[in-house]
Amino acid sequence: MANLLFYLFSALTVGSALAVVLHKNTVNAALCLLLSLLGVAGVFALLDALLLSALLILVYAGAVVALFLFIVMLINPEALPQKPYKKISVFAGTIAAALLGLGLWSFVSRSGFSTAPVAEGVFAGGLKDYGAKLFTTYLLPVQVVGFLLLIAMLGVIVLSKKFEAQEDVE
Amino acid sequence: MTIGLNEYLILSALLFVVGFFGVLIRKNTLVIYMCLELMLVASTIALVAFSRFNNTLDGNVFVFFILTVAAAEVAVGLAIIVALFRKRGTVQVDELNALKN
Repeated sequence: MANLLFYLFSALTVGSALAVVLHKNTVNAALCLLLSLLGVAGVFALLDALLLSALLILVYAGAVVALFLFIVMLINPEALPQKPYKKISVFAGTIAAALLGLGLWSFVSRSGFSTAPVAEGVFAGGLKDYGAKLFTTYLLPVQVVGFLLLIAMLGVIVLSKKFEAQEDVE
Repeated sequence: MTIGLNEYLILSALLFVVGFFGVLIRKNTLVIYMCLELMLVASTIALVAFSRFNNTLDGNVFVFFILTVAAAEVAVGLAIIVALFRKRGTVQVDELNALKN
């Protein structure tokens, strides 16, 4: 059952990711990204990371893809003039991606991970364990990340405001 | 055949390669950005798989932080793309050649 689910989620993830890359329409690409992230959330659930699975759906599928769709509809890239793809660059990109894939595959297949046994003991991945980790070992990173979110929010406001002000001056 | 660490790592590598391919061949900045997100998510799959198979929570906590930083990064990146669009009127990367010549 778990095997079947793994293959199902993997096919969903990689298939939708390919659709993101190959689809001409940007809105459809964003929706395929959403589907791919749902597949990744399923894989996380299979790895007993239920909190991360829920967070991925909330943060990525909820916020990030919505933001992407918002910007795509604001800019409307389909209406802009587009140059056709050059054959040589598509060919070079395919070769480069294939080389990267072969490199990663050779790393995984030589590493002997397949013979590595699962560590013993029950996997403690509950909300309580996350809380204990976040408020003891990782207390400083939590503070830093909170500060980073504040800076990002301020940065987005500045980025969106500044250009308007310049245009007014001109 | 049972699903081990290898299968998860291969899935992660495959998703990363698909994202990389998209970054290389696409010309629309928004789609390139989506493919970058795919690569980021692919690396988190590897982290979660290693964390699960080593029976420790640290990898999961790292992914927790990665998700937070990714959310901030997307907000800033999209703001930059919108600012670029306002300034130059395009989001195609082959039109954005101000540093050329």
